Amino acid sequence: MRDRKTLIRLGLLVLAVGVAAALWMFQGLGAGRRDFVLALRWEKLIALVLIGASVAVATVLFQTVSRNRILTPSIMGFDALYLLIQTLAVAMLGVTGFAMLPGGPKFLIETALMTALALALFGTLLGRGAGSAEDIARTILTGVVLGILFRAGASLIGRLLDPNAYATVQAVSFANFGRPNAALVGWGAALALPAMGLALWMGPRLDVLGLGRERAVSLGLRYRVVMTGALALTAVLVAVSTALVGPVAFLGLIVAGLTHGLFPAARHRLRLVTAALIACLLLVLGQWLFERFLGRQAVLSVVIEFAGGILFLALLLKGRIR
Amino acid sequence: MSGTGGIDVRGVTHRIHGTTILQPIDLSLPSGKVTALIGPNGAGKSTLIRLIARIDPLQTGEVTVNGLDVRQTPSARLALEMAFMGQHSGLVSRLRVRELVAFGRWPHCHGRPGPKDRAAVEKALADFDLLPLADRFMDELSGGQAQRAHLAMTVVQETPWLLLDEPLNNLDLAHARALMAHLARLRDEGRSVLIVLHDLNFASGWADHVVAMKDGRILAEGVPAEVLTEPRLSELYDTPITVGSYQGRPLILHHL
Amino acid sequence: MHDRQNRDRWIRVLALAGLAALALASLAVGAANVSLSDPQAWLFLTVSRIPRTLAAMLAGAALAVAGVVMQQIARNRFVEPSTTGAPESAALGLIAVTLIAPEAPIWVKMLVASVTALMGVTLFLQVIRRLPPKEVFLVPLAGLILAGILGAAVTWIGWETDLLQYLSIWLLTGEFSGVIAGRYELLWIAGIAAVIAWFAADRFSILGLGVESATALGLRPQAVMRLGLVVVAVVTAMVVSSVGMIPFVGLVVPNIVSRMMGDNLRRTLAPTAMGGAMLVLGSDLVGRLVIHPYEIPAGTVLGVVGAALFLILLWRRPRRAR
Repeated sequence: MRDRKTLIRLGLLVLAVGVAAALWMFQGLGAGRRDFVLALRWEKLIALVLIGASVAVATVLFQTVSRNRILTPSIMGFDALYLLIQTLAVAMLGVTGFAMLPGGPKFLIETALMTALALALFGTLLGRGAGSAEDIARTILTGVVLGILFRAGASLIGRLLDPNAYATVQAVSFANFGRPNAALVGWGAALALPAMGLALWMGPRLDVLGLGRERAVSLGLRYRVVMTGALALTAVLVAVSTALVGPVAFLGLIVAGLTHGLFPAARHRLRLVTAALIACLLLVLGQWLFERFLGRQAVLSVVIEFAGGILFLALLLKGRIR
Repeated sequence: MSGTGGIDVRGVTHRIHGTTILQPIDLSLPSGKVTALIGPNGAGKSTLIRLIARIDPLQTGEVTVNGLDVRQTPSARLALEMAFMGQHSGLVSRLRVRELVAFGRWPHCHGRPGPKDRAAVEKALADFDLLPLADRFMDELSGGQAQRAHLAMTVVQETPWLLLDEPLNNLDLAHARALMAHLARLRDEGRSVLIVLHDLNFASGWADHVVAMKDGRILAEGVPAEVLTEPRLSELYDTPITVGSYQGRPLILHHL
Repeated sequence: MHDRQNRDRWIRVLALAGLAALALASLAVGAANVSLSDPQAWLFLTVSRIPRTLAAMLAGAALAVAGVVMQQIARNRFVEPSTTGAPESAALGLIAVTLIAPEAPIWVKMLVASVTALMGVTLFLQVIRRLPPKEVFLVPLAGLILAGILGAAVTWIGWETDLLQYLSIWLLTGEFSGVIAGRYELLWIAGIAAVIAWFAADRFSILGLGVESATALGLRPQAVMRLGLVVVAVVTAMVVSSVGMIPFVGLVVPNIVSRMMGDNLRRTLAPTAMGGAMLVLGSDLVGRLVIHPYEIPAGTVLGVVGAALFLILLWRRPRRAR
């Protein structure tokens, strides 16, 4: 933390995010209807920042819990689980008029369900596969297949609910950073901000957690509590980002990789903050570029998915599965 | 078939990623003998035997087996001339022992086994003590049992030449001895064996001819009594080695 | 030895009986009731029910055989056509033809789809060759990620060119409700490819022993591998273009058969094909029955059932026996 190089890099990063945000807000502002355009841009900026920070913090937390640098919640099927829960909730609570509920409360209920299920499922899975490289590979593969299972389950239930609907488009479509679900931004912030605060507060504990189970326990950490807490926060944050834009599989991987490259050996508090900043920078700058200059709203997520997928494959090929 | 029986290696070199594995090698192996290939780890023994068996492609030089150029002759023809067993079987398929051994008859029957093929398989199973295990799956066997099954599969190919890369791995003393005795029997029937050995006393006890390799070259070759001497072996392994004598054959000791 | 032969015979008889029962059920079940006294009934059977039943059986059998072949080539139990990027590559080819030469005759489209599918599996083989050896679970993982990257590419092209609808038919559904006489016959080509695989069964078994053993036995491993890749590519391309990809059949069925009978393909290929036919036919039947008179695509049913079975296989198999 105290070392100069880190401070300079952190300063530059904050500056860059500031510049990106300013560009986003004020670049190409026409003469007329300024207030309207600014309000619109502000809303989107908040959404992007919220999404980026959620994904980044969730990924860092998850990587600490799983003690693995190439895992992200999305690779392990978290966001697919959220999609499944959305469908399930409608299916099971449909009679009680659940689908008629306003977006906010519905979102809260779904997030609660998601957190409970994620804890049960991934808590068990990560508790098991801790040993050899083979176990890790199997755990990752399990996560990927779980993701497929959840998606297929969501589409199956969707079909059962409404046989005439073609649920296919939803399953293939990309996250669209250009059109976040504005209605949920407030609710998302209400969940994500406390979750991030908690994550920061847990920082020193997460540092100890990262040493591994044996060390952590012998240092007096309440291992299971901290691990469960971190996993729960991950679930909440993934729910927020997925509800706002949809699944973003590899953004977290890129962000975590960049964070590690720019701030090696950072403590968790610093790592959480820098990861969030990097994610925001990436999203705001990228969206600004694609939306204003290339005229393609939805392309940013495609580019991120591509780059991230290839990065992941490259890491696998190098045998760096830890 | 051209007249020269035996294996001829002429000017064979090998490099992997710029590292020289084999210096130019010239070697003639007579047929009708058990030839042991010995030497420290990394000497190039496995590389050489794999090149002869056309498992890895030749980079330079020429190898002939019973007069057939390994580079030119169709692989299916060579499979009637030599059988090869490598070190890492790494079997993934779930096969019964009898099925695995039966695949050794492929060069003869190409998937349509006749009575002769079946008889050969049963005989190989009996020779390697595998009859009680014949209907078990390979993944249910111990390391030594699996090794014997692979050996049976190699022998059942009934080729003039047998090329074996460290076949004694995983075998207990009794089965190792039985294997060497079996190879000696095959030799007495007129077949030839090239075998990579780490246990020098097995080389001393069973080989007719010994080839010693170090750093990608051939350091010495000849009958066991010529090659397995104190100065030669100490040079070969860079460690003091004592050689005694037992029933007229060298006895290699290394704890003195 | 006789016990074993008896057991094998029983497995065969039971599989045949099961397949026959499913086929009869498939002929009898559907949105419309058919009674044999009705003169229209025969027409209905020959135009719709029989083709549908045949299509499901052909697709299932061919996919299961392609799965075994893929597993022998990759020497890994956890791969199948849909974990190699082959379906996505076939779809890429189909989209390319549709864009460049929409009027091209059907055989040209099929040829292009087969060639691109072949390129896809070849790419997969190149990728896994670079993986650290002995990492059993990394191979399917790398394949799934590769499929994801290719899928994202295809989806994006489809989205940009307004062909997303076609894509969702090719890659997602595995649907037999549209099958009528004249619309499924390409699947016979997949069936023929599977028969060719049966003729080369011993060669594939030997290839499964490893390149080293195959060479020592006088086989040309590269030639066998090429034949296998062509079989996989042709089956995938035909299934993708006529009914849409059906996931997990090629993975689940061979693994179950292997547990019961081993991997000597000369003995196991026929039961594997029957198993695949049963699984797909059964899934199609279930899909037709659960929300009768509506339907759920067989591929959707299999997405859930297959992924669940995959997870069980992943965790049940003793580590020694891989």
